[in-house]
Amino acid sequence: MPQIEQLPYIFFSQLFWLLLVFGIIYFAIGRGMVSKIQSVVDSRDRKIGEDLAAAQRAREEAESAEAAWRERIDASRSEAMRLAQEAKQQGGREAEQRLKAIDDELVARLAEAEARIRTSAEQARRELEPVAAEAVSELVAKLTGKRIESREAEPMVKAALHG
Amino acid sequence: MHQFTVEPLLPLNVAGYDISFTNSSLWLLITLALIFGFMATGMKRQLVPDRWQMAVEGVTGFIDDLVRVNIGPEGRKFMPFIFSLFMFILVANLLGLMPLAIIPGMHQFTTTSHFSITGVLAVMSFSIVLIVGFARHKLHFFSLFIPHGTPKIMVPLIAAIEFISFMVRPFSLGLRLFVAMIAGHILMEVFGSFVVNGFNSGPMGWGVGILSFLFIIGVSALELLVSAIQAYVFALLTTLYLNDAVNLH
Repeated sequence: MPQIEQLPYIFFSQLFWLLLVFGIIYFAIGRGMVSKIQSVVDSRDRKIGEDLAAAQRAREEAESAEAAWRERIDASRSEAMRLAQEAKQQGGREAEQRLKAIDDELVARLAEAEARIRTSAEQARRELEPVAAEAVSELVAKLTGKRIESREAEPMVKAALHG
Repeated sequence: MHQFTVEPLLPLNVAGYDISFTNSSLWLLITLALIFGFMATGMKRQLVPDRWQMAVEGVTGFIDDLVRVNIGPEGRKFMPFIFSLFMFILVANLLGLMPLAIIPGMHQFTTTSHFSITGVLAVMSFSIVLIVGFARHKLHFFSLFIPHGTPKIMVPLIAAIEFISFMVRPFSLGLRLFVAMIAGHILMEVFGSFVVNGFNSGPMGWGVGILSFLFIIGVSALELLVSAIQAYVFALLTTLYLNDAVNLH
């Protein structure tokens, strides 16, 4: 086995070249390159972490903004509904009042007109009585030749008229 | 066994020590170049990674997870060491399995099939465990040998057993990798020689050759798995030992 047979002759050569090569690997590659690569990996991990956190924050912000917007929309919708309701009620009340006022006025005018009709009918009737009495007395005079004073005929005319 | 022979390519002698540039050194440097090339593709440092950067970050993330899970947040400063161990062993193992010998004149060499390599790695891990343990806990580190709740009279026995199991760690670390690699390569060599000899020795041999060829496909797949598993096990055990040193029990 050459590993054993040659050992006395090759040991220092093996040791020297191994230490040289392994030393270069350790110091140049292990301590130099690997630590740089690790720092790149670390910074990437950190960046990814930060980006994820930022995305999460942005998402939360968007959600809260949406919630606020929804709340505002809901509030203004209910406000609008309330205003519409109020306007409707107000309009209804006003219309009712106006109708009532017109109604009242109409009733008053009707009553007044009725009263006027009644008084003029009364007056007409009152004016009619002397004329009727006179006519009666004239009719009596023409038919019977007797004269009766219209004053005497008046009660009878009145009785006939008023039934 | 020729595949495990170390051949000097460029004799070099410094202060009485023979540190010749050998085929082993060459393949160590190729391992280094491959790791460096792979890592360099991940150095674009883009926020949105391309596929190479993803691959490199996948490997570093894998080791980072391993260290964090087994040692805890304090483990991060050991991550470069664990990463270097894992990558070196993984690439060296896989490099030894690549079918590069079909290129004429190419003689592949698996550096991790030599315990002069794996042993040094194991001793390195073990020394770091000792240094970290004594630096953090001073002499209190010896309490590692006495688990919580040990009855008073059992303390000497338990401590002795724990001490032996502790001292065996570097050997188990280094030998496990070395044995796994050399066993796989010898197995493939044996089946490979069966294929060649079988097809050279008449109709009866063809059956053996075909069977061995099928076997060698399976063994190659298994060895690829073993390469990755051994690198993972080495890194995992080192983190577990470091966890003992950092957090005691």
